[in-house]
Amino acid sequence: MEMFESLSDRLNETFGRLSRKGRLTEQDVDEAMREVRRALLEADVNFKVVKDFVAALRERALGQDVLRSLTPAQTAIGIVNEELIKVLGSTVETLRAPDRPPQILMLVGLQGSGKTTHAAKLAIHLRKSGRNPLLVAADVYRPAAVNQLQALGRQVNVPVYEEGIDKSPIDIADRALTFARERGFNPVIVDTAGRLQIDDRLMQELVDIRDRIDPTEILLVADAMTGQEAVGVAETFHERLDVSGLILTKMDGDARGGAALSIRAVTGVPIKFIGTGEKLDALEPFYPERLAGRILGMGDVLSLIERAQEQTDEQEAQRLQTRMFKGQFNLEDFLEQLQKIKKMGPLTQLLDMIPGLGGQMRQANAQISDDDYKHIEAIIYSMTPDERRRPEIIGNRRRKRIARGSGRNPAEVNQLLAQFREMQKMMTQFGKMSKKGRLPAKLPFDF
Amino acid sequence: MVLSRLFRRRSEPDLQLEQGLAKTRRAVFTEITRLFDRTTLDQELYDDLEMLLIQADVGWDVSQRLVHELRSRVASERIEQPALAREVLREEMIRLLELASQHRKVKIFQRGVPFVTMVVGVNGVGKTTSIAKLAAYHQRFGRTVMLAAGDTFRAAAIDQLAVWGERLDVPVIAHQQGADPGAVVFDAMQAAHARAADILIVDTAGRLHTKHNLMAELTKLRTIMQRHVDDAPQEVLLVIDATTGQNGLVQAKQFSDSVAITDIMIAKLDGTAKGGIAFSVAKELGTPISYIGTGEKATDLAEFRPETYVDSLFFGTGDEL
Repeated sequence: MEMFESLSDRLNETFGRLSRKGRLTEQDVDEAMREVRRALLEADVNFKVVKDFVAALRERALGQDVLRSLTPAQTAIGIVNEELIKVLGSTVETLRAPDRPPQILMLVGLQGSGKTTHAAKLAIHLRKSGRNPLLVAADVYRPAAVNQLQALGRQVNVPVYEEGIDKSPIDIADRALTFARERGFNPVIVDTAGRLQIDDRLMQELVDIRDRIDPTEILLVADAMTGQEAVGVAETFHERLDVSGLILTKMDGDARGGAALSIRAVTGVPIKFIGTGEKLDALEPFYPERLAGRILGMGDVLSLIERAQEQTDEQEAQRLQTRMFKGQFNLEDFLEQLQKIKKMGPLTQLLDMIPGLGGQMRQANAQISDDDYKHIEAIIYSMTPDERRRPEIIGNRRRKRIARGSGRNPAEVNQLLAQFREMQKMMTQFGKMSKKGRLPAKLPFDF
Repeated sequence: MVLSRLFRRRSEPDLQLEQGLAKTRRAVFTEITRLFDRTTLDQELYDDLEMLLIQADVGWDVSQRLVHELRSRVASERIEQPALAREVLREEMIRLLELASQHRKVKIFQRGVPFVTMVVGVNGVGKTTSIAKLAAYHQRFGRTVMLAAGDTFRAAAIDQLAVWGERLDVPVIAHQQGADPGAVVFDAMQAAHARAADILIVDTAGRLHTKHNLMAELTKLRTIMQRHVDDAPQEVLLVIDATTGQNGLVQAKQFSDSVAITDIMIAKLDGTAKGGIAFSVAKELGTPISYIGTGEKATDLAEFRPETYVDSLFFGTGDEL
């Protein structure tokens, strides 16, 4: 179910309507800006941030870029995209190195933002690069929080320092550090209790922990689905603690990322990681351009490409891209890609990343299962090599034969062929777009 | 109608709600009140009002509608004083919330048949704490409560529920982490029957509404419950975090689509949560919001009432009741 029309769709619509009447005026730009404003507010971008953002945008749009453009919608989308990236930060941020080891990462945030889970995710992430992490259970308030961290620690085989729930979290963190120094653990990841930013006593406790252990990073863990209050939360945590980085969690849902944009814009604190799933390896570095695409509703092609790249080599990708953009991509290539896709992850997750498809496909989501892969495979396997290369030769008789051979019905064969044609069309469009420079020139897009 | 109101008032822990919501009165709400201290009802006032509503997470669409309703009533009723307009706005906001609460079904508690509440929601909204509150709430009415630890996914979710069970002196039916939630529910249903519990509250693992196979699992749980009690779960409670933005509506819609939500609870309405999402939910879904959670104590739960909600959150006059 697509709740919100995507911003890029809306801009296309607005400008499409406008461009039919010929010259664009300042009023037309204003109308488009209203659309941008609305879309951002619906994406939960903070209203103050929206105001500033739209003002900056309007200025640029009136700076003739859009007015003079032959494709005003595309130009406008391009500008919005650039401005979004400007706010989100244009570089990929990594964790700071400590002056002297161990590196201490202190996780703070509201209740339910995902601190404990992300402490474990960080531990795995850092261990992958050969580190020897220690988790510290300093949440003595939430029932069973210590057990939760212990269980996670066991699951990922990372030791957890804990002293139960009767000691002060300040002392626990302090002694954990001594423990880590003695045994050579590095980094030390401190999980603190969730708290409201207006709870002065508990906020002071965080300040005390910080002053005692002098962390290398204070990471604010924030829920991507937070509404207008995200800014208030982040501002207060930042004021009190001088937060050094953000972890945006639950980014695997369909939140539009307004909270991320707002927090970044208001505090200037860089987003360092995003949490993208329940599995403990679902932690990714933050790429501003991807979130910009998500806010615009243009899908997340880049993440998709990255996953595809893991499954394919550069040359192969180049070859395919050329074929695709020229409309030469055939069912044989498709089958080959399908088999790679299977390795990339669940189908529904991938579909969400494809521009323009997310919304429509989500509607059909319930019916799309990974079983469908098998059916598609079976159908293609039942084709002759010639049919795979030139699906247009498939007529009624061939279709019946393919259906019989694959154990599917002719309608399904038809559907696959229709979808494939649609896909080919989209690909050639991409090809044209990339020539115009709307997409990165080299797009190792592999299906 | 009047009678039932009287009855409800007496039997419900009203004070809690007042006190809980009192904590939430913050800038936005005093600003709305202050807005109408102005001398003229002009465009600027309406613009500012729209901004304030959006700031409270009411959402673009509903904010537009509220401002529109206000303007047309101001015009048709020839209202000139801002203070009167403020009353109109208040009425409209209450009316919007009442749209949903009028669909609230009367809960029927039968002796010998457990009343099953299945609690669902995305990760981190406060399901487990809300369950504890709900248990304490029923206890105040003298009902015997049992809990089922159906969240077998999150590490230590079972322990967390067990801690609450101990604090409230309520039995908790639990298996190991990683166990089949269906099996937990099956056992819990049997236990609830055997021990003649009035209420069985079933915890479920937090799930993002976009994960379709997890959503399907909820349907399975329902089927298992119905083997024991025909109309179980009599209550399917969706917990929404009050700080959630417009995604809260998407969540509510998708959960409704897969498990037929009967009631909504807005949790974490303490601190600075705006709670404006209630309006979108009421307008778009019509699913009644039945409870609100306001703090971390088991007693921090109250029944939702549109008037109190609007007054406390938006006009800072909650103690008028």
